[in-house]
Order: sequence, then C-alpha cells, then structure tokens
Amino acid sequence: MEKLNLFQKVWRNHTVGTLENGQTQLFVGRHLIHEVTSPQAFGMLKEKGLPVRYPERTFATVDHIVPTDEISEPYSDPLADAMIKELRRNCEETGITFFDVSSGMQGIVHVVGPEQGLTQPGMTIACGDSHTSTHGAFGAIAFGVGTSQVRDLLATQTLALSPLKVRRIEVNGSLPPGVYAKDVILHIIRKLGVNGGTGFAYEYAGEVFDNFSMEERMTACNMSIEGGARVGYVNPDAKTFEYLHGRPYCPKGSDWDTAINTWESLASDVGCDYDDVVFLNASEISPTVTWGINPAQAISVEENIPDPSQLFGSEASSATEALEYMKLQAGSPVKGTPIDVAFIGSCTNGRLSDLEEVATRLNGRKVREGVKAIVVPGSQIVSQLAEQKGLDSIFKSAGFEWRRAGCSMCLAMNPDKLLGDQLCASSSNRNFKGRQGSPTGRTMLMSPLMVAAAAISGEIADSREIFPS
Amino acid sequence: MSLEKITCITGQAIHVPGDDIDTDRIIPARFMKCVTFDGLGEYLFYDVRHDGEGNRTDHALNDPQFSNASIMLSGMNFGCGSSREHAPQSLYRAGFRAIIAGNFAEIFFGNSINLGMPCVTVNEPDRMKLAEMIENDPQHEVKIDLINNLILIGDASYAFEIREGARESLINGKWDPIDELLGNGSKIENVASLLSYS
Repeated sequence: MEKLNLFQKVWRNHTVGTLENGQTQLFVGRHLIHEVTSPQAFGMLKEKGLPVRYPERTFATVDHIVPTDEISEPYSDPLADAMIKELRRNCEETGITFFDVSSGMQGIVHVVGPEQGLTQPGMTIACGDSHTSTHGAFGAIAFGVGTSQVRDLLATQTLALSPLKVRRIEVNGSLPPGVYAKDVILHIIRKLGVNGGTGFAYEYAGEVFDNFSMEERMTACNMSIEGGARVGYVNPDAKTFEYLHGRPYCPKGSDWDTAINTWESLASDVGCDYDDVVFLNASEISPTVTWGINPAQAISVEENIPDPSQLFGSEASSATEALEYMKLQAGSPVKGTPIDVAFIGSCTNGRLSDLEEVATRLNGRKVREGVKAIVVPGSQIVSQLAEQKGLDSIFKSAGFEWRRAGCSMCLAMNPDKLLGDQLCASSSNRNFKGRQGSPTGRTMLMSPLMVAAAAISGEIADSREIFPS
Repeated sequence: MSLEKITCITGQAIHVPGDDIDTDRIIPARFMKCVTFDGLGEYLFYDVRHDGEGNRTDHALNDPQFSNASIMLSGMNFGCGSSREHAPQSLYRAGFRAIIAGNFAEIFFGNSINLGMPCVTVNEPDRMKLAEMIENDPQHEVKIDLINNLILIGDASYAFEIREGARESLINGKWDPIDELLGNGSKIENVASLLSYS
C-alpha cells in the first residue's frame, strides 16, 4: 500500500475535485469565525443572495476587539461595539453557534476550538486568522484564510487551494531545564527563516514533540506561520486522544472508539515520503528572545544583540533597520534590556499550563516598580480554571493585573496598547513594527516564564537565574 | 457572473523598499475596526506614512510624483504575517492593481489573486534595475504582461514568475472561484457524507 503522510491523507479525504485552473476544491470540515474577518464575508454573501450552506460546521467567538477590563456593553469604543453586534446578528440570522461573552465559553478562537473538542485529528479547519495553524497540534490540517475565502466557506464549505509540500522537522534529544515550547518554535523559525516555510506544511516530530503536552504542541504549531508555513501539525497519539476525551463536541460512547481507530490510521505512515526533512538538536535550544522586528530575529538570552556589520546582504540591512526601530545597541548583551510592559497571554501562550507554570514559580516575587504587567487568559474557561486554582490571587499579589479573556495586547485592537516607544516583554507571536498598538512600540517575544522574569527584574533576564529550580 | 480577463496591467510604478513587509505594516490592526472594507485605502502603510503627530513623512507613498501609481515594487516575503484580507484590500482600494516583489507570503498571495490583483516574483538584480528606472523617472510606464510573463519598461523587459494556476485564473477571468465552487454542489455533498465527522 502506498505510504502517505498525514497531510496527504487528510487532503485526499477532503478533495472535492480539480478546478479549471488546476487547484483543488477542498472541503473544510470545521470553519471558525471571529468579529474582525467575517462581517465583510457575510456582506458579500448577502450581496450575492447566497445562504450559509452548512451552518452546523461553522462556530463563532469574539476575541480581537473585546476589552479585558470592562466587558459590559455597549463598549466604550463604538467601532468595537458595532463589530460584536454585527457578529451576533450574523450568527443569529444564519444559525451559527456563537460562543458569546455571556456564554462562559468565549475566548481566543484558537483556545476555544480545542477546549470545546471542536478541533479533532484528521479534520480540515479554516479560520480568517493566520494562527489557525494552532489546531494542527491535534493532527488536523488547519490554516488561515482571507475574508473572500471566509465567504467561499460560508457559501460552499469549500476552498480553491493548491496543495502544500511537507517538511518534517524532527527535534530530538531532551530540552535543557527552563526551555519551553515557545523557545523551540522561535529556534525553528530562527534556523529555517521567516519565509523558509513558504509553500510548506510543517510536520513537527521527534522526541521533543512526542514528550510535549497538547498545550505545548499548540504553542509550537501556532507560530508555524511566523516561519512562513501556513500549516503546522503533529501526528495524533495517545496524548491527543486523552486531551480530547469527554470534551463537549467530541464523539461519545462507541463512536469514541471508532474515532480513535480512524484518527490513528491518519497519522503519517512509517517510511512515507516528505519533500524535505530537517533535524534539530534539543540540547542546543536555550531560553530565546527576539531582538528585532520579525520573529526570526531571535537569540538565546545569553547571547549579544547581533552586529549588522558582521552580517551579509539583506540580513544586514534588516538587522540595521530592526536595531534602529528597537533602539537596541549592536553587540550588547540582550540581558539587561530595560522593559516597560510585560504581557502574558495570546493564542500562543494564554492557556492554563502557561499560567500555571508562571504562577507556581513566582514564589512571592514582585513585579518591578514602574513595569505594567498584565495576564490575559486565553478563554473564559482558562480564566475560570485558573481562578479555581487560585492563580489569579498569586498573579495579583505579585503585582500583575488579572484580566478577562481575549487577544488583548497581542495585536492591540482593544484598549490594551503600548504607549509611545514602550518596550514589551511579550508571550505573544509577532514583533512587527507597531504590532502592539503604538506605531513606535517595541516588542520582544519570549516564553511566559521569561516574561515573568523580565517583569520582576524590570529588564530582560534569564528565567533560570530569576527562578532557580 | 463573468469577470474581467486580467492579461496586462499598465501603469505608473512605485518602489517601496524592504524585505519582510508584513501585513501590520501594510495596514495597522487598529484600522481593521470596521465591518466593510470601504475606505481602507486611506490607511495603507499609515504608520510609515505618518509621524507620531500625524504629519506626513517623506515616504515614497506621500510623494506626489507617484500619486497615480498602480503597481508596487518591493522586496522579499512581501505580505508576511496575518491573513487579513484588509492588507490587499487597502492596496487595491488605494489604486494598486499589481505587486512585484522578491516573493510573497502564501496567504497574502492567495488573497490578492482572489481580488484580481496579480503578485509577480522577480529576481533581485532585475528588481534593483526596475527600482532604479522607476526612481529616476517616476513617469515611466510599466507594463506587466501576464500572457508572456514579462515586465516591460522603456526598452527593457524583465521575466517574472507567478504560480501557473494563479496566472491562468487571472488571464481567463476566473480569479474569483466562488461560481465554480458553487457549481459542484452535489460533489461537495458527496465528500461531506463520506467524512468521519459532521
């Protein structure tokens, strides 16, 4: 029998046919929507007089624009208020399930999907959001789409797509203490480049990914797109099934056993072909921070900020532009860079295990005076579970603000923004110029524990020194 | 509905230098607080076209010599980052009809083709020559010929690449796939019924 990888099997199962231009018409089993990229699609549908073809396959939540302090409506920002009301109305009119703020299940769409068991192995999942690759942690083929494609999905549940090549990235060995999934994915992006993944799906594998929890796998898959890969996935295994068991939208009873058999059969076959294979060594990965304006501009916390005069070609000019924007000194240690804001949250690192890891290590330490530190749980359920464990009190007594669920300062479409050229130690996914709401605001990406270490020190610090185990 | 067959884009070009120009740069997230795409052209590259006080900078897009530009020339990995269609929409609504770059981020490329806005890839030496010609004479007419995969400027011509399926969609007036997708209703139902999940 032909040996196939998971991407090929899932693609085959969902192929409707070949379009005139040679693209595949691909069925998308789950469609997730949010308030920013869907209203125009509903508008286009109405203009064409088309109904939503499979409303039961689309699920909605609101995340980008929700305030994280005062959530009662109307929101103080009339534009944001119009967006949530528009989504609510569109869902009501079309029969789409909406995890609204009043449901207790609202949150960042990439936290909500897995939490509800909507994300399952072998599915095709699309959302008008590039971090949809997160759902690949479950062995789904999940990717971001534009708004015209959201329209295509609402109208037909299918998309016109070209297949991707598959690159297997094996990370073997064991991670040194203090090194997290965030460091692994930043390291991968640093090694393969910010556009190294263009045209590829990344299959993450090896001992490190085998040992990762589901939430760690989600952190890594989440940032695939930061390396240019629209899709990133991990083959499903016992951990995947254990995480999903009993979740609201997962199969129950005998259907569960059938599902496991199906899911196991979808994993990449031993000895199947890949378009490329990369091996990385876990022992070489350190706590990592970005120093520039794209996620590949990352170094170990022990390293010095790169000197553009020692780089070549476009790497040198990019580094010069980055250092000028970041107001950082070439050749200086990255450790010790003063910070103004610390942000723990986002679809990358806003899950329960992220918050638990930080809270259990804080140990009475306090946020440095003058640093604004906020914790934004990824969903209302994450928030509730964290509060049951008393994590909110630990954070608050350490000087962090404990907020409500949403995307918040990852992209600052709500009131949580940097001011002026503030520098933020952030557990989010993008360090682009102006990303966190101020055109001159500066972002350094790192793991949640590294953010906490920076919050306590008032400067970039090595979490292994601040929180000795 | 029949769509325009996009075989050739002709117009003034503007050079916006830099690699990894991301979608937040093309349109900052705060301008996405809207329920339609109308008016997005105004916010194109807003944060590099304005200083902290809202005054216009000396960015090429503020240069009146390039105010009629409909073709943008840029560097590697153009449109990386978010899947926001707001990015190509803001370019389109600001009057752009084609982008020339070193290469494109996957999602941005697809979003642009779906709007009928070709994204063509040119190697670095040729991009440098194009940039020089455009900057030396902003009135140069640039022609992107999708039938022959050539960029024509003055007496010079430069080869470009574009994914063949995308090129065919453009030249055959099939760049918006919705009608073809809708046409396969029974095949869609068949695939849906065979899936192990509903």
